Amino acid sequence: MDFDYNDDQKALKEEARRFLTNVAPLSAVRAVYDAPELGHDAALWQRVAREQGWCGTAIPEEYGGLGLGYVELCALAEELGRALTPVPFGPTVYQFAESLLLAGSEAQKQAVLPQVAAGELVGTLAVTEGPGVPSAAGISTRFADGRLTGAKLPVTDGMAADRAVVLAQDGTGLSLFLVDLRGEGVTVGPLSVLDPSRGGARVTFADAPAERLGKAGEGLALLARTDDRAAVLYAFEQLGGADRCLEMARDYALERYAFGRPIGSYQAIKHKLADVFVKNSIARANAYYGAWALSADAPELPVAAASAHIAGAAAYWLASKENIQTHGGIGVTWEADCQLFYRRSRHLALIMGSPRLWKRRLIDRIETREASRAEQISKGAAA
Amino acid sequence: MNLEDSPAEAAYRAKVRAWIADNAPDWGGHAKDELRVWTEPHKQVAHAWQRAKADGGYACINWPVEQGGSGGTTIEASIFAQEELNAGLRFTYFMTGLEMLLPALLRFNTDPLSRALVPPAVRGDTIWCQLFSEPSSGSDSAGIRTSAVPDGDEWVINGQKVWNSGAQISDYGMLMTRTDPSVPKHKGLTAFWVKMDTPGLEVRPIMMMSGDAELNEVFLTDVRIPDAQRVGGVGDGWKVIIATLMNERAAIGAGGGLGWAEIMKLARDMPGIDGPAMEDPAFREWLADWYVNAEGIRLLSFQTLTSLSRGQTPGPESSGGKLLWANQTQDLTSMALDIMGHFGVIDHGDDAIGGGAFQHRFLWAPGLRLGGGSDEIMKNIIAERILGLPGDPRVDKDVAFKDIPKGR
Repeated sequence: MDFDYNDDQKALKEEARRFLTNVAPLSAVRAVYDAPELGHDAALWQRVAREQGWCGTAIPEEYGGLGLGYVELCALAEELGRALTPVPFGPTVYQFAESLLLAGSEAQKQAVLPQVAAGELVGTLAVTEGPGVPSAAGISTRFADGRLTGAKLPVTDGMAADRAVVLAQDGTGLSLFLVDLRGEGVTVGPLSVLDPSRGGARVTFADAPAERLGKAGEGLALLARTDDRAAVLYAFEQLGGADRCLEMARDYALERYAFGRPIGSYQAIKHKLADVFVKNSIARANAYYGAWALSADAPELPVAAASAHIAGAAAYWLASKENIQTHGGIGVTWEADCQLFYRRSRHLALIMGSPRLWKRRLIDRIETREASRAEQISKGAAA
Repeated sequence: MNLEDSPAEAAYRAKVRAWIADNAPDWGGHAKDELRVWTEPHKQVAHAWQRAKADGGYACINWPVEQGGSGGTTIEASIFAQEELNAGLRFTYFMTGLEMLLPALLRFNTDPLSRALVPPAVRGDTIWCQLFSEPSSGSDSAGIRTSAVPDGDEWVINGQKVWNSGAQISDYGMLMTRTDPSVPKHKGLTAFWVKMDTPGLEVRPIMMMSGDAELNEVFLTDVRIPDAQRVGGVGDGWKVIIATLMNERAAIGAGGGLGWAEIMKLARDMPGIDGPAMEDPAFREWLADWYVNAEGIRLLSFQTLTSLSRGQTPGPESSGGKLLWANQTQDLTSMALDIMGHFGVIDHGDDAIGGGAFQHRFLWAPGLRLGGGSDEIMKNIIAERILGLPGDPRVDKDVAFKDIPKGR
């Protein structure tokens, strides 16, 4: 039994917190709000990706990464989420790099992953085209003769991205394709989004050169596996943000007086924040389980990932809204930092499908797991 | 991050699993689920199991040898408890004494008379109960009014206790009294151990809304206790309360019983509205939320175990476990009855679905939110001890106990 960060991982996490406290104050997030067409802080990205080399944390050494492991990446995700760091880390590392690791050919991995690890390449996924869960009926982007045509939105960090993994029709069903967003036939335009520091874009392809990623017709299956891995990592970002909201609310409740007492001495506030603490504890426990399943590549990953995402989204939602409520009127002003977390909590909850979708997936997966356990037991009994 | 046992833990688990299989008690021809808790035949099975554990060195695994334990680690004790639970052999009768009261007693008393109480309790030959709460001292656990007045080498006790779990079958009790009403309330308390057959001590079971009667009122009328049965110093009672209550919350937080697997089975088996509830998206969404919370509570205990296994003091992470589990149990049973529809009202007999187990738990769940610290007290504890928020203003803090307003 070893269900926590180990000492090295704790040290990495503390170091990351120190670094981000210095270089990524919330004023950096606000600066991106003021220039939303950028969608991220390019100078900060250089420091996180090139100077610190965090993008290569879990990428194997053979592809230019550090090969440290996924628990280390989870520790960094928690800190990045806590700091609301306005850089394209999640789409590049949790989604783009993971989809290459899962689906890429050896040549594709050799060509792309070292650039990601070195912090020289921003990547993202371009999947959805309209509301609704991605399905064959809802995707009209087409691949033919090595070229891609269609439009994708919203694409997180689409403005910053150099490459994208794109879901498209190719006659065999839905498949994944790797596209150079800086190349010919690609137009990228900004979208106004809930969290301007996680910039969204509309990406349009008009006969843009693309190469196949993974087997034909397996697009949705590969995407589902990528989503599970990314869900665990985003759960840590949500956890970090939720913890920060609780600390903000606690600190404010100690310094704000009403009726001659700190508002934090009223049970109406104390019990509210105790509820947030419990929700955050549950999110942490589920996130750790996800980290274990991800790092061990355990068969529990589909259930653990869904649980981590559901618990993380629920905790961040509660913590971010009750942080505003605890702050009172000042909490709903543009000037107060509460809104930054409220916006980010919804961004992270929705970006890979809503919690409602993940709840449906979770129960489907539990049923599958229980059926296979029952089958094993009956096989055992027969033998 | 690793959910597997370490090699040493795995070896220990394999050893105790085999030992439990070899030494499991005889259920006297009954099926395990057939015997109700707090009945004599059920208690006898529990007693036999406790004796077997004592003989095998598994009764108080993490107690020091000189106190009658096995000198093992807390991790070993936890592994044994998990395996015991899996084998359906985790009984409550001896927990109050062995996990809460006697460890506290041994911390304050080292005299031979006190120490002689331990071996029979370890063997399950004696059962202990807690005599702390009173009609006007529940959440306000220092508000005790039962008085102890010195008379030579003895104390004379008068007062009333309530919510005393297992007092009806207990041999001994840990009794909290007020020995000095002229000082503020936390300072005038003193603890004693008492034999439950002492003259003047009367136990009256309380019929609960679930129909169970394991909780009692205990009336004390001119009960005489020798000073040698005092636990800790005169006026040290609050320290004894703190030492025991922390253990109680840990024990209640452990959870167990009906869960997601049981309600999934019910949701498949019942006809439902336009098909089984298991096919209803609204129910599936509810189940996902419930599952994530339940798993969270289970996983939090792994975080606590990890701290113990690293030789560290567990953090506050599991403080919310009891609070959430009690509410989860209430939600689960309410949903289960909803799934049964109009048949949910039948709570007993051949027509009751599943023998009425969900109905029984439904009626028992409100008590979980009160026992061992109410929801409200648990939230105060989290807010004050973990988040560092200020305590409520206390109008009774520096006032002599006898001058505190009483109300009802």
